[in-house]
Amino acid sequence: MKLLTHNMLTSKCVKGVNVGYPLTINASDVRVADVDFNPDFISRLIPKIDWPVLYNAAESLGHVEDLPKETPVNYENNEEFLKKAHRALLEVEVVHGELVCPESGRKFPINNGIPNMLLNEDEV
Amino acid sequence: MNDMWKRYVLWFAQEHIEFRVSEIESLLSLFSIKMKYQEKPKDLEPYWIVEFLSEDDAKLLTNRSVSLRTCLELWGYENSLPALHQTLQSNTGILAQYFKPSKSFKVEVETFGNHFTQKEKVEKIETFSYLPVEGPVDLKNPDITLQYIEYYGTRANNPPQLPYKVFFGRWVADGLRQLIKKLSLKTRKFIGNTSMDPQLSLLMANQAKIWTGDLVLDPFVGSGSLLVAAAEFGAYVFGSDIDYLMLHGRTKPSRIKQQKRADDESIRANMKQYNLEHKYVDVLVNDFAMVFWKDAFEFDAIVTDPPYGIREATERVGTEKTNYVVSEEHLATHVPAKIEYGIPSIYADLLNFSAKHLKIGGRLVCWFPVFREDYSEQCLPIHPCLKLMANSEQVLSKVTSRRLLTYEKERHPTLDEQNIEHISIQDFREKYFVVREETRKERRLREAATRKENWEKYKKCG
Repeated sequence: MKLLTHNMLTSKCVKGVNVGYPLTINASDVRVADVDFNPDFISRLIPKIDWPVLYNAAESLGHVEDLPKETPVNYENNEEFLKKAHRALLEVEVVHGELVCPESGRKFPINNGIPNMLLNEDEV
Repeated sequence: MNDMWKRYVLWFAQEHIEFRVSEIESLLSLFSIKMKYQEKPKDLEPYWIVEFLSEDDAKLLTNRSVSLRTCLELWGYENSLPALHQTLQSNTGILAQYFKPSKSFKVEVETFGNHFTQKEKVEKIETFSYLPVEGPVDLKNPDITLQYIEYYGTRANNPPQLPYKVFFGRWVADGLRQLIKKLSLKTRKFIGNTSMDPQLSLLMANQAKIWTGDLVLDPFVGSGSLLVAAAEFGAYVFGSDIDYLMLHGRTKPSRIKQQKRADDESIRANMKQYNLEHKYVDVLVNDFAMVFWKDAFEFDAIVTDPPYGIREATERVGTEKTNYVVSEEHLATHVPAKIEYGIPSIYADLLNFSAKHLKIGGRLVCWFPVFREDYSEQCLPIHPCLKLMANSEQVLSKVTSRRLLTYEKERHPTLDEQNIEHISIQDFREKYFVVREETRKERRLREAATRKENWEKYKKCG
């Protein structure tokens, strides 16, 4: 699971949960893989991203490196920044671990990079 | 403005003819290309005579089309070869601009609906000897390729003596027919029982107007065929599916000769096979009835083939039991029970989801199964925020077909429109198992009776 995906996921479907965002990550295996850099794509993606959530997620995985706490002004032309964002969004991956609902504590396992968001029949 | 329209012929492959118009219209809209029909296309004929404002437009369209084989700048289009010669001869002055001593060329002959030997084809080429060619012939890498096409109609078994139409033109571009081969399911690492064939997957991606850098979702992703096509056109792809074993590549193998799936079979492995791994974002195990995406997340396109409950199950998490609770000790390894996820609910959820999670102008492209005798446009799923842009049929059997539906999101839903129920849709699956000549139960009983008979015969003989 990439941090781009984590940025978009909630647990609002769990019974009794209102917001369910952001999900906490407990990772036992994290991998960083090279992904082709596309500055236009990243620049168009930034407005969709909840930046503090991305920053905290990267920090919790020990991969914050020199990611800024806030998006700089005029980031569209700031290639250095876009590269850092690219790395955090698409290159850092949780291979094994779990996502935890911040309200109910419900855990969603991640195996081989694939989060399992299925609820049990008594939770729907 | 002095717009210069030029005449071209678009030559299509004779496959999935129903999808031509919707594909070309989607691509014209994607590239904002203007195209005029010089004559109304006829249903079965593989060519359209059209006009473009520039050759770049013709190239852009053709290079992205799956239905198109080739596009020529049309120099002559007549009912007979003598008439074609006359047209070309009267235009040699204009055509001379294409022929310079430095420019190599070649001439190709295509005969549609009839067969000729290479010798006969060469003889045909020689009748054009009056063309003002000056450069050398180069069969491998010519600067200019000319094509002569004879069209003998679509009844290949009984072609007429002379062609109905003859065409002569300069080659401009080829369509994506090669890509269909490259993405063939036969050579793909990971496939499932219902993997979509590459041609239809690419058509869907075109109808979804997928462009470089788009975010695309398939919420019933299966083995990810539609994502391969979307990524091929530059999209970053997400998928979800309720089937844990499928996403982890641990279902029974779909190839008859394969005993066991390889350890590394997955959607991601397919992306890697086609050098598209950098376009793969994630897949998740997810019940589509339970939305986990945050409200504000918008996709540029959604392409999907939901389950019809025939070859793969229509399921969601749930139970018939009341007050059922999973006990603490079983929680870690519990596999959730599933209940029927009816086709009307699947499509209601899909349209509501798309109305919410597509960007404005973004498209949903999905298949919808129908009984041909019951079909009318009224039975298609609708949503007030989604406009139906295209609707083409692929026949599956005498009684059933599936329709490829393309919707475009026109506006955001109001509060009342966020959860619209489409209870009027007929449940394809329910009827499918009713109208079959013999139900499963009947077949089992009949087979059991035969077995018993054979056993008794065997005992008598023994």
